[in-house]
Amino acid sequence: MNTVIETSNLVKRYRSLAAVDGLDLTVERGEVFGLLGPNGSGKTTTILLLLGLTEPTSGTVRVLGLDPLRNPLQVKRRVGYLPDQIGFYDNLTARENLLYTARLTGLSAAEANTRITEALERVRLTHAEDRRVGTFSRGMRQRLGLAEVLIKRAEIAILDEPTSGLDPQSTQELLELIVELAREGITIVLSSHLLTMVQTICNRVALFNRGRIGLMGRVSDLTSDVLGGTHVVEVEAEGVDLRTALNGAPHITGVTEQRQGLWRVDADADARPDIARRVVEAGGALRTMSIRQTTLDEVYVRYFEEERIHAAA
Amino acid sequence: MPQREGSPFTGLATVALKEAADHMTSARIHLVMLLVLLTAFGSVYAAIGQISQTVSEDQFLFLRLFTTAREPLPSFVAFLGFLLPLVAIALGFDAINGEYNRRTMSRILSQPIYRDALLTGKFLGCLLVIALCLLVLWLLVTGMGILLLGLPPSGEEILRGLAFLLASFVYAGVWLAVAMVFSTIFRSPATSALATLTVWLLFTVFWPMLSPLIAGAVVPVDPFDPMTAVHQVELQRAVARISPNTLFGEMTLAILNPETRSLGIVFANQLSQAVIGAPLPISQSLMLIWPQLACMIAALVVLFTGAYVSFQRQEIRA
Repeated sequence: MNTVIETSNLVKRYRSLAAVDGLDLTVERGEVFGLLGPNGSGKTTTILLLLGLTEPTSGTVRVLGLDPLRNPLQVKRRVGYLPDQIGFYDNLTARENLLYTARLTGLSAAEANTRITEALERVRLTHAEDRRVGTFSRGMRQRLGLAEVLIKRAEIAILDEPTSGLDPQSTQELLELIVELAREGITIVLSSHLLTMVQTICNRVALFNRGRIGLMGRVSDLTSDVLGGTHVVEVEAEGVDLRTALNGAPHITGVTEQRQGLWRVDADADARPDIARRVVEAGGALRTMSIRQTTLDEVYVRYFEEERIHAAA
Repeated sequence: MPQREGSPFTGLATVALKEAADHMTSARIHLVMLLVLLTAFGSVYAAIGQISQTVSEDQFLFLRLFTTAREPLPSFVAFLGFLLPLVAIALGFDAINGEYNRRTMSRILSQPIYRDALLTGKFLGCLLVIALCLLVLWLLVTGMGILLLGLPPSGEEILRGLAFLLASFVYAGVWLAVAMVFSTIFRSPATSALATLTVWLLFTVFWPMLSPLIAGAVVPVDPFDPMTAVHQVELQRAVARISPNTLFGEMTLAILNPETRSLGIVFANQLSQAVIGAPLPISQSLMLIWPQLACMIAALVVLFTGAYVSFQRQEIRA
């Protein structure tokens, strides 16, 4: 494992507004790294800074050991980019669009054509290669964008909101493609405001809030750090005070009563048998019990809520 | 600021050829070119009718094809002076902002090329289209002339025709650069098209009216000092020459009418011993238009630099 992207104290200001405000980020080779956060929290600006498409106000960026401002061509040759709301030349066919960018990458026409055929096959667009991109659906456009990254044989793929605006099936297809790329050893950096959707495919994530990284790490570490547990058990029971009943039980990190008779139990493992036993032993009537993994949305809300409370206090 | 590495011309040819191919197949350019071809045919056909009616000893009969007008049609050259800017504007008004609107800008610039290559490539691509159109137009007119007049152009007429082609090319290039500047400044193609057309209208329609007004206001004629009248005329010419249309008009006048000896005011004593009506050799005609040509090329370079600076400083995110 070696570091492929490194930023230190990166700042980008648009007039008085700091879009990115002191960013320290490292991405290792082969990772799937998620830049997560709401719209306007600095994800896209960070991506543009990584690609050298915009100049930082201060701080440094290293991509594959190179400075994207000093060696933009080398960086852009080795990094693929799928922009948010990707656009193509609607009057050209899928193949013509790809051929144009492949030629800009510096490939010969013959080499470009074989790579395009390969790439279109992988993103399952071979049937549409001679259709004008104007007729393409959103999902097809995103896959075409991914084909462009494939043609480049990029070492790092930076995907900005790859799943936004896609229906569930296209989203699933796209995520599968991304996972496939990651398996081949391509480092993937993706941004999204849909935290739950991407948490399954990311090795590590950084949660953005107003130009800063609030939290960074593995999804499971974050959930246990912030929420104290990786699992949430919802318990509906009568005639028992769960808080006392679960006192001292292993794996339980928190118990909150959501309403009369409904409890939320945070745990760092599946503690259902234990909870059930204790409810019954305490003389309660257990009605339902369900378990789910904690989502990043909950982490995000909880973490930044706490921060806001701290800031207000 | 650290020195950037790599050539700014990487990808230049790819961009230029793609732009040219796009324009060649776009309905917009087809329409404009259809208009140009129709007017060209009309005016040349009318000119041929006029020429064959007034047969006279003329050394440069072929050049008259371009400059002869028959009511109600203007001459071919006048049409070109009017329509070439339109062709150039149609090519250039959405060069840069169109990429933003199609959301292709960030995708293209994430390829290993510099912004320089995109802007210069687009400019060169449009120039290529203009050059092809002009060449075709010129060949068509010459061909029509040979067919309908029944005589081939002389060597000098061909040379003068080529010089005229170059002048038209530079003239269209200036308007292309104007359109490019506006396409980098305004994010909406409609706004940039309107802004360019406004400038075009100003120089085509209003500038000839404005220049005498300005000259009259700055240098009023003193009836007791005849030199003030000369100064006024000179200033008026100088102001008029800010418009590329004036420069183009003067260039075509000198190239296509070999008898033209001067593009400024001429005093009677300067004409003593001159053989009035005798044509100048082409080298002298070229000397005559040299300042105009240099000015146009300079304007083109300055405008392109303006577009370049404005584009380099732009934020990529839409």
